[in-house]
Amino acid sequence: MSIELIIGILNIVLISTTPLVFAGIGELVTEKSGVLNLGLEGLMLVGAVTGFITLVITGNYFYSLFLSIISGVILSGIFAFLVLNLMTNQIATGLALTIFGIGLSAMLGKKFGGTPIDGLNPYYFIVISFLLVFFVAYFLSKTKTGLIVRAVGENHNSAYALGYNVIKTRYLTIIFGGVMSSLAGYYISICYAPMWQEGMTAGRGWIALALVVFATWKPWRLLVGAYIFGGVAIMQMNLQAIGVKLPGQFFNMMPYLATIIVLVFISSNKLRLKLSAPSSLNIPFEKNQ
Amino acid sequence: MQSIVEFKNIHKSYPGVIANDDVSFKIREQSIHAILGENGAGKSTLVKILYGHVKPDSGEILINSDLAIINSPSTAKNLGINMVFQHFSLFESLTVAENLILGMNENISLTRLKKKSKTICDKYGFNLNLNSPISSLSVGQRQSVEIVRSLLNSPKILIMDEPTSVLTPDEISKLFIIIKNLVKDGLTVIFISHKLEEIINLSDYVTIMRNGKVVSTITTQNEDPETLGYKMLGYKVSKAKQVSDINFSEEILNIKNLSTQSKDPFRINLNKINLNLKKGQIFGIAGVAGNGQKELMEILLNENDYEFSGDIIFKDSNINDLSTFQRKSLSISFVTEERLGHSAVPEMSLSENIFLSMNHKSEFKKGDFINFEKINSYASDVIKNFNVDTPSFNVKAGKLSGGNLQKFIIGREIMSNPELLILSQPTWGIDAGSEAFIKKTIVELSQKGVSIIIISHDLDELLEVCHRISVLYEGSLSNPLNVENINITKLGKYMGGLFD
Repeated sequence: MSIELIIGILNIVLISTTPLVFAGIGELVTEKSGVLNLGLEGLMLVGAVTGFITLVITGNYFYSLFLSIISGVILSGIFAFLVLNLMTNQIATGLALTIFGIGLSAMLGKKFGGTPIDGLNPYYFIVISFLLVFFVAYFLSKTKTGLIVRAVGENHNSAYALGYNVIKTRYLTIIFGGVMSSLAGYYISICYAPMWQEGMTAGRGWIALALVVFATWKPWRLLVGAYIFGGVAIMQMNLQAIGVKLPGQFFNMMPYLATIIVLVFISSNKLRLKLSAPSSLNIPFEKNQ
Repeated sequence: MQSIVEFKNIHKSYPGVIANDDVSFKIREQSIHAILGENGAGKSTLVKILYGHVKPDSGEILINSDLAIINSPSTAKNLGINMVFQHFSLFESLTVAENLILGMNENISLTRLKKKSKTICDKYGFNLNLNSPISSLSVGQRQSVEIVRSLLNSPKILIMDEPTSVLTPDEISKLFIIIKNLVKDGLTVIFISHKLEEIINLSDYVTIMRNGKVVSTITTQNEDPETLGYKMLGYKVSKAKQVSDINFSEEILNIKNLSTQSKDPFRINLNKINLNLKKGQIFGIAGVAGNGQKELMEILLNENDYEFSGDIIFKDSNINDLSTFQRKSLSISFVTEERLGHSAVPEMSLSENIFLSMNHKSEFKKGDFINFEKINSYASDVIKNFNVDTPSFNVKAGKLSGGNLQKFIIGREIMSNPELLILSQPTWGIDAGSEAFIKKTIVELSQKGVSIIIISHDLDELLEVCHRISVLYEGSLSNPLNVENINITKLGKYMGGLFD
């Protein structure tokens, strides 16, 4: 392999992995506060289609980015209201959000499939994604607000007893996660593709969810994991181009397989599990009245 | 001195229960004010209302004679009210320093926090390592973290909810010295307890609560345990006194060199435990929570297939490898610590709960089906014989009060005619009436020749019913002490890990 080819591959990996970093880091913060949002795929698709339609209609990148973010705020806000105020089951609600997002984006984007647009330069977003990981890592480990997020995810009853607003904290982390997913979707339809196609996120939302577990809820590991997962996906195409006879499904399976292996590894030791997974994850918080 | 807190006509009811009924009393500044009452008397609800954790249905709280609307713990903290919880509100995977920071009202740098907490620790004699994670601390140390965390906010009022329930006698006396020093420095302490001696030793004033109502608020000085106990309960409790000095001969259970080598840091390893139990004997295992009680019980039950070395010999046969139900078939019965979720399934009816514990017995089955007739009649017998207050055996276990459910569970096990009964925390958190009934039942049972092991944190309970007591400390079991001429100082030393 020539140097040019390697650089080319690395470039593609860099470009194709960024949505995983955005969606993953958002979900990581949400899960750190004790909420599991399985709606990433739906949030990404709606974010992608909203940004795309706005860009086609207005031609303004700023508006399209803004509305894409707003879509994430609204959808994740609804999710937060359901799971936090009405205390619905987080898994079922998250799945519903994904299904809803797939349907909604398909409906909204019906007329816009195949419309050509001028894409944005992906490198801005790539830089932002790295900064974001740095920011989240710093925020969670060094700031008091980050400590509160971790405390809420660790033991929400204690956090409440100490005077922290569990519901508000979780609203904010859920909405942060939602906005990050929208950004991931926006990146896909505006920078990466750039076009709109039904279901174009192609399961990246699920991979991002797996990634959070794979990273054992640590931001820097998430970044590394994202590039491993992204790299495997690109490798598939290249290997097939060279003529290696491995079925494509094998590579598609890799992120999930890797996640299961990590899960088995961290669950095999209670201490490791306790120190890595947020203890209140997926447990609804009920205020004493 | 003026009153710093005044409760005025506080009322709070939950579905089916009135937790606080027209509660009114005053707390004087710079005093230790105890709130006494048995479990369910409404003490915890009342202080949770003061701390903003629970909202009252009606009534007012005055702080320094001003009306205070406290609708969340953070408002309470701004008013100078802090609370040390009965079940600690610490974050296991975070370090001591992080836990302290989380308790602070203001933002503070790590260096300033360290300085400030060191001043407090030095002044009052706490010993904390700020960098260790909470999960590595003993119960006593955890409580120190809780107290220091409250003190960092320089509170005016400190609420302590049953702070002694998890401590050794030695730790308790240290805590009392700390509390007295704090009050000297200007703090007002609200101290909740159901232990009469403690209240007499520590408090200046005491408010006695019964069934959600205030019975009276008095100065503690002129009271003794008996008068105070009568006021708390409204009736006198007769103690179940163990008939002593039976000639025990026949050996029922012999545990030899029982040890575990688990690498899980959240489990205590048992260390060469030897125990010898005779027919008709009641053997108490004392010790502060978290010293291996849970692990010992799990191995006796064999619920989780934990690996251990040593031998458990029941009536001359080794039962190391027998499953829980095989052990039950040999007439060993168990009452575990958690009533709901372990001893009984809260969502299932009482008779279904009978079957769950007894399905090794063929009489409860018809082929592969449940013999409802049999389990229903068994359940009715338990309800009748053990004074369980419930309308029928179809009631869900979770609907019963703690005391009633515990009577039902113990009754269920006793009615299966065990030769060996192993109980863990049999009277924890239940009303005094049920407690007295259960103790009496246990003593009577032993007189019929049943051998009994009681694992309990409640020393008074063990002293009342047992023949012999050993102390479990960090997985090691002390020599048994004979209760009849027991040396309390020695027992206290054992509980602190100083074995002979």
